[in-house]
Amino acid sequence: MSQALTTDTPGAPARRRGRPWALPAAVAAVLILLGISLSIGAFDILGDEFGSEMFWITRVPRTLALVLAGAAIATSGLVMQVLTQNRFVDATTSGTTEWAALGLLLTALLLPGIGLVGKMVISSVFAFVGAMVFMGILRRVVIRTTLVVPLIGIMLGAVMSALTTFLAAQFNLLQMLGTWFLGSFGEIVRGRYEVLWVVAVVTLLVFLMADRITVAGLGKDLATGVGVRYEAILVAGTALVAVAAGVTTVVVGFLPLLGLVVPNIVSMIRGDDVRSNLPWVVLGGTALVTLCDIIGRTVNMPFEVPVSLVLGAVGSVVFVALLLRQAKAGAL
Amino acid sequence: MVPVAVTLAAATALAVAILVYANPAPPGTGAFWIIVQARLVSLGTILLVAVAQSVATVLFHTITANRILTPSILGFDALYVLSQTALVFLFGVSSTGMEGIPKIVAQSALMIVFATLLYGWLFSGRRANLHLMLLVGVVLGIAFASTASFLQRILTPSEFDVLSARLFGSISKADPAYLPIAGLIVAGILVYVWSRRRSYDVLALGRDVSVGLGLRYRREVVVSLVLVAVLVSVSATMVGPMTFYGFLVATLAYQFAPGDRHADVLPLAIGIGLVTLLAATFVLRHLFSAAGLVTVIIEFVGGTLFLIVLLRKGLR
Repeated sequence: MSQALTTDTPGAPARRRGRPWALPAAVAAVLILLGISLSIGAFDILGDEFGSEMFWITRVPRTLALVLAGAAIATSGLVMQVLTQNRFVDATTSGTTEWAALGLLLTALLLPGIGLVGKMVISSVFAFVGAMVFMGILRRVVIRTTLVVPLIGIMLGAVMSALTTFLAAQFNLLQMLGTWFLGSFGEIVRGRYEVLWVVAVVTLLVFLMADRITVAGLGKDLATGVGVRYEAILVAGTALVAVAAGVTTVVVGFLPLLGLVVPNIVSMIRGDDVRSNLPWVVLGGTALVTLCDIIGRTVNMPFEVPVSLVLGAVGSVVFVALLLRQAKAGAL
Repeated sequence: MVPVAVTLAAATALAVAILVYANPAPPGTGAFWIIVQARLVSLGTILLVAVAQSVATVLFHTITANRILTPSILGFDALYVLSQTALVFLFGVSSTGMEGIPKIVAQSALMIVFATLLYGWLFSGRRANLHLMLLVGVVLGIAFASTASFLQRILTPSEFDVLSARLFGSISKADPAYLPIAGLIVAGILVYVWSRRRSYDVLALGRDVSVGLGLRYRREVVVSLVLVAVLVSVSATMVGPMTFYGFLVATLAYQFAPGDRHADVLPLAIGIGLVTLLAATFVLRHLFSAAGLVTVIIEFVGGTLFLIVLLRKGLR
């Protein structure tokens, strides 16, 4: 399964050097998408007298939230893939988000008065436990082919969400659960999105730790051999993933398969260099989540379709395509 | 045949218990029988779902030569929900000119064709890689489910009303109008499968052996896939998707059946399916008064069992 990481496309570095305009062009494309996101909505921001006020209350926070959440979830997906040495792992296919939802439900049951920050902390702690449980199971299983690993994660997630649903139904919180399982940027307004800056810090830390995470991904022996504290990096990387999953679950809800699809497409085009791929993963995550949000907002105006449904449909089709493509190439 | 007898005895006891336990009216009065009748609808639903899911899963295991993949885990149920949603989305509530049962039959037929094509394609030529098919099926299930919910969000409220009345059944509030026709379909398939149980024993030996022994392999597989799709759509209409129930039932049946022949496995699978659903219904409805959660509990137990099997044995 470690082959997943070492199949760098031959010739990719040369191609990269030959296209200095690629990154600026991608940035421009993402900015255009963000501009579209700022301009659409039920409220006429140019004609109405409260237009500019509405613009700052809803549109700007929403678009910023798209950037922050999209970038963080996509990069944390990349981190998980490197650390587990498996292309097909992210917060969705490891059950991590379901643990975050369980944590959130338990806070609603046991500590109803706790504030947004408290919820985020507890939800992140649960996501961390979930990711650690997943990694612990992976260490113990006999068969760890590239494909069994995400399967175990998805099943773990299904079991956790059945447990969460049961608890929620027992205490009449099913409706609340629905809003966490369905990620949506519809309720993001000024005063609610600000906590998402926490995940910007996560993205930044991933950038700073990129090299160490890459080395840790090569395995314990190799990492220790070149002087990287393997266990520490593993825990730190998992903690970053957990914070991103926990915070976005509280503020936005699930963003399924975002962390899987984006890094995979980026390394399909550019090869597997984690460090130089990171900006592309950030841009790709932002672009995909913004695009899906725009689709969700426009398809049934003035009503909204939660972004997670669009992402789930688009993401899983892309996931299947990736699987079949790799199978055809004989990589699985 | 001892295990089968045990499960059937247990199922009968549980069925009687569900009918009469905590009946508020005094026994023998008119009110008593009205309540019993209402509960009979639940029993009928359980019976049909148990038979449909267990037979579908065992058949599917036979034709795909493995014991991990089940139609529900591969997204058959989700595909059913998606096809129903898509039809309402595309054609509206009543523009097809058909109403009631003929319409459902027509829609189910469409889904069955689609499922047979899709899964037939998935299983042709890629037999070698079970892991790949399993993961592709699971992810396709997610895709179907997301697309279905996406379309449901766009439906007008009245269309959604019609759709949800059709889709989101549960054991506690199944529609008695579907029982007779669903019962007929399931019974017919059961008789057919039972009459061909020896062919299925051969089919389980794989393609080469089957062809060598004079079985029309391809035809058998396609017919079985169609039957599986029909059974799953019946079950999904009655109680909605249940991902791990078939897996739970079939796995237990293989464990306790005296032999590997379908004559041994099928009756036991049905028996275990009945006991599982009846016990879950009885406990949740009468002891926890949470009848709507039967499928959730079965998901939890079945999913855990699936994980354990996956982790301990891997995939064979």
